[in-house]
Amino acid sequence: MTQDFTRDKPIYSQLVDIICGDILKGKLQPGDKMLSVREYSLEVGVNVNTVQRVYKELESMELTETKRGQGTFITIDEERILHLRENMKVKLVDQFLQSIAAFGFSKEEIVQILQRKEETK
Amino acid sequence: MIQLQHVSFNYQRQEVLTDISLSFPLGQTIGIAGENGSGKSTLLKIIAGIQRPRKGTISIHQESLSRIHSTDIAYLPDTDLFYSFYTTKELFAFYASQFQDFSLQKALEVASFLEVDVHVKLKKLSKGNRGRAKMAATLGRNTSYYVMDEPFSGLDPIVRESLIKGLIRFTNVDEQSIILSTHELHEVEPILDQLIVLKEGRVIAQDELETIRFETNQDAVSWMKNVTKEKVK
Repeated sequence: MTQDFTRDKPIYSQLVDIICGDILKGKLQPGDKMLSVREYSLEVGVNVNTVQRVYKELESMELTETKRGQGTFITIDEERILHLRENMKVKLVDQFLQSIAAFGFSKEEIVQILQRKEETK
Repeated sequence: MIQLQHVSFNYQRQEVLTDISLSFPLGQTIGIAGENGSGKSTLLKIIAGIQRPRKGTISIHQESLSRIHSTDIAYLPDTDLFYSFYTTKELFAFYASQFQDFSLQKALEVASFLEVDVHVKLKKLSKGNRGRAKMAATLGRNTSYYVMDEPFSGLDPIVRESLIKGLIRFTNVDEQSIILSTHELHEVEPILDQLIVLKEGRVIAQDELETIRFETNQDAVSWMKNVTKEKVK
């Protein structure tokens, strides 16, 4: 199935997020070989040039390594993945804080709800 | 690279294209959008060398473009121009007789990827399957440019998706370009590098898709609506 994209963000950055998610969830493991640019392009139904940009971005984030003639692999450097984990957490919380601020909620009342949810689980 | 400089075109007194300057580099997928009657089909015919501009010039690889260059441009018309008593395989044989760059093997491969039965007559095929057969014949040609007039028009979402994947699978971005007109912008957007919007025969906007999203926080559909509206005022 091709991927659906949200309207307001570049497609390449949405794909980077999806792959980062797969790495964090363990769907992609350290050392795993990734699809080739062309294969991944076909899988998600996205322009090859865009996917090339995605792979470049992942490489510059040091989450992947390209071995000449062999393909692209997820990094085996656990440190990099840990780093991604921490960054992603902060990024998500920042986004969340922005969206509650947009509705005029205070952090305190939101934290209360989070705690209540945690207790009733 | 195909380059248009100050191209205008008219059918008798009716001006269809006015002062169009555009360039189409190799290695890109470029969409042309615009309301019905905005000049998309005429523009594609000029790019494909089927119509000649009344004013202005068009060149390919820095030579003036003429019918000779049909060897470098595969054109997919929006109308059903093929003999309906042909089977898809006979259509391929016809293409092979007309175009030296046609590869029967590649066309059959595309047809099988798109799941077209090549032994059925075109008139017995559904509209969706005729669209697929046409696409397979076009992609069977090995040219620098594929110029496609509304390749997805009137086809259901499943057919559209398979055609879009066929375009990714069977073209080589390093040395080929696709120029296509479409109304199905939302679905086609992910495969486009650039979008050109026509209105009343003029180019009113042109940008890269990722730039549109990044700078305006809009997808191609809303961007196109907005630029089209702005020009009305």
